[in-house]
Amino acid sequence: MKSILLIALCVLSFGSSFAKDAVPLADDPALEQRLISISEEMRCLVCQNESLAGSRSDLANDLRREIRTLIKEGKSDDQIRDFMVERYGDFVLYRPPVKPTTWLLWIGPFIILLIGIAGLLTYLRRRNNAVSNIPLSDDDNKRIDALLNNKNGKGAL
Amino acid sequence: MKVKFLLPLLLFIVLAIFLAIGLNRDPQEVPSPLINKPAPAFEIPQLSEANQSFSPASMKGQVWILNVWASWCAACREEHPVLVELGKSKIAPIIGLDYKDKREDALAMLAMQGNPYLLSAFDANGRVGIDYGVYGVPETYVIDKEGMIRFKHIGPITMNILNQKIYPLISELQKS
Repeated sequence: MKSILLIALCVLSFGSSFAKDAVPLADDPALEQRLISISEEMRCLVCQNESLAGSRSDLANDLRREIRTLIKEGKSDDQIRDFMVERYGDFVLYRPPVKPTTWLLWIGPFIILLIGIAGLLTYLRRRNNAVSNIPLSDDDNKRIDALLNNKNGKGAL
Repeated sequence: MKVKFLLPLLLFIVLAIFLAIGLNRDPQEVPSPLINKPAPAFEIPQLSEANQSFSPASMKGQVWILNVWASWCAACREEHPVLVELGKSKIAPIIGLDYKDKREDALAMLAMQGNPYLLSAFDANGRVGIDYGVYGVPETYVIDKEGMIRFKHIGPITMNILNQKIYPLISELQKS
């Protein structure tokens, strides 16, 4: 009997020495849902192309645990976001906030779009002027009249 | 008319300059929002004297260095000789923050590689690390007499950084 227990103990301890700690899940699914919706909007700083919700790094685990505690304390989403930004900076947010240092980031593309539209308009106007300045010969006028009068003239050109 | 043909070239040069600057920056280095902010308060047990605690408040009135390290972190072992050098210079006290470590492993590492720290605080679950925005050990902070964070370096510090940034900054902060 003792040997069976010993073997069982060995097998059990062997298993646990290989498995990583289970990531603690909150019992409350609503809380977990909020955790996911908040942390999906945040960058994991260890593996920068992963969200905090998806990352398996130790730091991400710790931060999720921290956010869980904050939710339990009744903090609002904004307060939790501020908590993270105070520590890791705006970089932790996937959507950068609108403020003087990020104005160029937010408005820049529209400025470039406006420059593009202005450039396109001046180009088109210049081209229009160039086209209308070509004098039409009498032959050209006759062809135009013929084409305009010929109402079933599909494919007349 | 000639300017028109030079325009694409100019645009290309501007683009190339921006890309060159972008390529030479380290994407891992995230500007810390903690610079020029008070160092977050904490009170946790010390590494070697588990029954004694450490709090940054006790360092008020002197310029000090906070170094976040761990025995499991390879870059910390690489950095350690530089810290030992810094400790020998006696320019400012170095406080360690042993981050998510095992006590015996940490003590073994200090016994083997030397202990540059005045003392190390033992942050078992990484909670203090979160308050300091730690995401890549080792990290080093310089904190002034009023307890404000004046400098943060992420990753191992080198002799270069020590000579060019940390030493001048500390002597400047000590004067004020």
